[in-house]
Amino acid sequence: MSKSLALFRKTRILENQIDEFLDCITKSGLIFQGAIKTYLANGVCDDFDASTKQANEIETRGDDLRRTIEAQLYEQTLIPDLRADVLRLLEDLDNLINITQANCYRFAVEAPEIPEEYHAEFLHLTETVVACVDAVVMSSRAFFRNIEAVRDHNSKVMFYETEADKISSKLKVMAFSSDLPKVEKIHLRYFIERIDELANEAEDIADALAIYTIKRSI
Amino acid sequence: MDIVILLFLTSGLFLGWSLGANDAANVFGTAVGTRMVQFTTAAIVCSIFVILGAVISGAGAAHTLGKLGSVNALAGSFVAAFSAALTVYWMTRASLPVSTSQAIVGAIIGWNLFSGSITDSNALFKILGTWVACPLLAGLIAAPLYKLTQRILKWAQFHLLRLDAYTRAALIFAGAFGSYSLGANNIANVMGVFLPVSPFTDFDLGGFATFTGAQQLFLIGAIAIGVGVFTYSKRVMLTVGDGLMPLSPVAAWVVVIAHSIVLFLFASEGLENLLANAGLPTIPLVPVSSSQAVVGAVVGIGILKGGKNIDWKILGNISAGWVTTPIISAVVCFVALFFVQNVFNQQVFREVSYSLTPTAMERVVEMGLPAEDLKVIEGKTYNNASAFRAAVLEQTLLSKSQETKVLYYAEIFHTKITPNKLTKSDREWLGEERVKILDSLSGKSFAYKWQLSDALSRDSDQWKLLEQTTVNKVYNKQINSRLDFVYRTFSVIERPR
Repeated sequence: MSKSLALFRKTRILENQIDEFLDCITKSGLIFQGAIKTYLANGVCDDFDASTKQANEIETRGDDLRRTIEAQLYEQTLIPDLRADVLRLLEDLDNLINITQANCYRFAVEAPEIPEEYHAEFLHLTETVVACVDAVVMSSRAFFRNIEAVRDHNSKVMFYETEADKISSKLKVMAFSSDLPKVEKIHLRYFIERIDELANEAEDIADALAIYTIKRSI
Repeated sequence: MDIVILLFLTSGLFLGWSLGANDAANVFGTAVGTRMVQFTTAAIVCSIFVILGAVISGAGAAHTLGKLGSVNALAGSFVAAFSAALTVYWMTRASLPVSTSQAIVGAIIGWNLFSGSITDSNALFKILGTWVACPLLAGLIAAPLYKLTQRILKWAQFHLLRLDAYTRAALIFAGAFGSYSLGANNIANVMGVFLPVSPFTDFDLGGFATFTGAQQLFLIGAIAIGVGVFTYSKRVMLTVGDGLMPLSPVAAWVVVIAHSIVLFLFASEGLENLLANAGLPTIPLVPVSSSQAVVGAVVGIGILKGGKNIDWKILGNISAGWVTTPIISAVVCFVALFFVQNVFNQQVFREVSYSLTPTAMERVVEMGLPAEDLKVIEGKTYNNASAFRAAVLEQTLLSKSQETKVLYYAEIFHTKITPNKLTKSDREWLGEERVKILDSLSGKSFAYKWQLSDALSRDSDQWKLLEQTTVNKVYNKQINSRLDFVYRTFSVIERPR
């Protein structure tokens, strides 16, 4: 009896850890959005550095949580039929934090020149990819608690990803049809693609989640 | 205890072992196969509850098996159990679906044929009917239960991990219930044939309960099942996982619960009493196949989901098993009985003689049976039921119930009442009033069971059977089991010729 009570207690702790891990992804998205806003307004400044530092901390915390959760899932042989799927999901979600952290670092190191007329669309792109990340986090939460809702959140992910594609294409067309030097055009394209990568990654996770959900409902 | 008796019991233990090795997989297979429950936990829970089920509720299904044919010599019981075990073992080795219940029924029919006993067609059809009803009922229980579980889970919205923890606990609970039902329902397969020749006597447990001979026999059989679970079932459990259709742990739980309910329904005397007391039709207490209950439940869920995932070929094989298993087992038993009787010189059945003596004829006339037609065979003695029945049917055409009555009135069963044969616990079980009547017959001998029954119920209602209605079923069953006990206890066995 005490063994089963211990199992329920451990389960509750693990549930909280998974929730905290998902919170980290949402936070890292918001930090990234704030960092881009700051960068577009003031370039690499103290506030931007503070955001980058925060992104680093979130990334470290996310990694720790992921490792702890994975270890416990294995050690306690939990959810044997879905363990592989959950581990894969956690790895993929962790990659979203890695991308936001890496992007902050790239902006800090490479400090791309972004002309003012691009700012609104750059911000729009960032907000859209962060909304996309948010939707995939919601979808992941639903996978754990309410699989019926996964489909709804996934459709939002698809919507934001398409939107992000449209914005990034528009930005690329703008850049390459402008008078900017070639090297700046390529630099801009690189950063547009790096930001858009978040939405693409979120879409891949949503696709995988759809399959995991079918498996869970069998 | 005589070493020979122990030796003869080994075939029952072999059958118990193979039941434990194979059928425990039905209860815990998916749970262990999917690593939701550790094998050691499963084996411990399974063994404990199989033993509890067998000892506490094992008697009900054994009764029906006993009606099919009463194997009346220890060597005969040995051969019947051994033939059934051998059939189960062979068919398992050949990867054919097999049921212990069907094997043992086949073996009993084989014994009936060999000993010239009559297979009670009512009991046989009752058993055959339940074989078909068992998977159907399991499917009918599993489908709505699955739907209900899905609804509850949708409403409760448990976290995946919490659901996992609940499912583990539920699988262990369902496994315990399943094991209890398996023990209650299937112990009759393992030890049922030894009941009429049981060497065990009842003993008192500190004055508050009696540990009957049947329960002692069932305990030994259940321990053999437990050994089978521990020694051999792991391999089967790990492969049983998703043979027929892939199942999620929650669906696996539904399957185990449905299987357990079906086995429990076909074994529960408590439920039978409840239904009978309410005047409702009762469920026959028959040993059914746990494998087929599982298959029925899985197919029930499969059909609910559109039937795309079901392997229908396996279903065909299972239906074929209904026919092949009892036939193979009957043939093996018949051949083995011949061998044991003629090569090892063992008495595999006790001859039961039938004779319409003038006393029996009087009774036949009293009961309004066509006595005139039977005059030709009056006084003649027949050495087995088949020969007697053939002689009777040669003279006159009787209905099924008339035939049963004539057989009952003509069956010679010598008894002599010597009350010191009864132990304290026997007396308590029979009841003070009934024992008093029995004591009053002290020193008297009877040639027929009905004579003794008549003598017992002549001066008191205590031994009288009531009219055969659903409400009276339970009472009559109690009286009959006491009468059977009296016949067995005071029987004077004639030495075999």
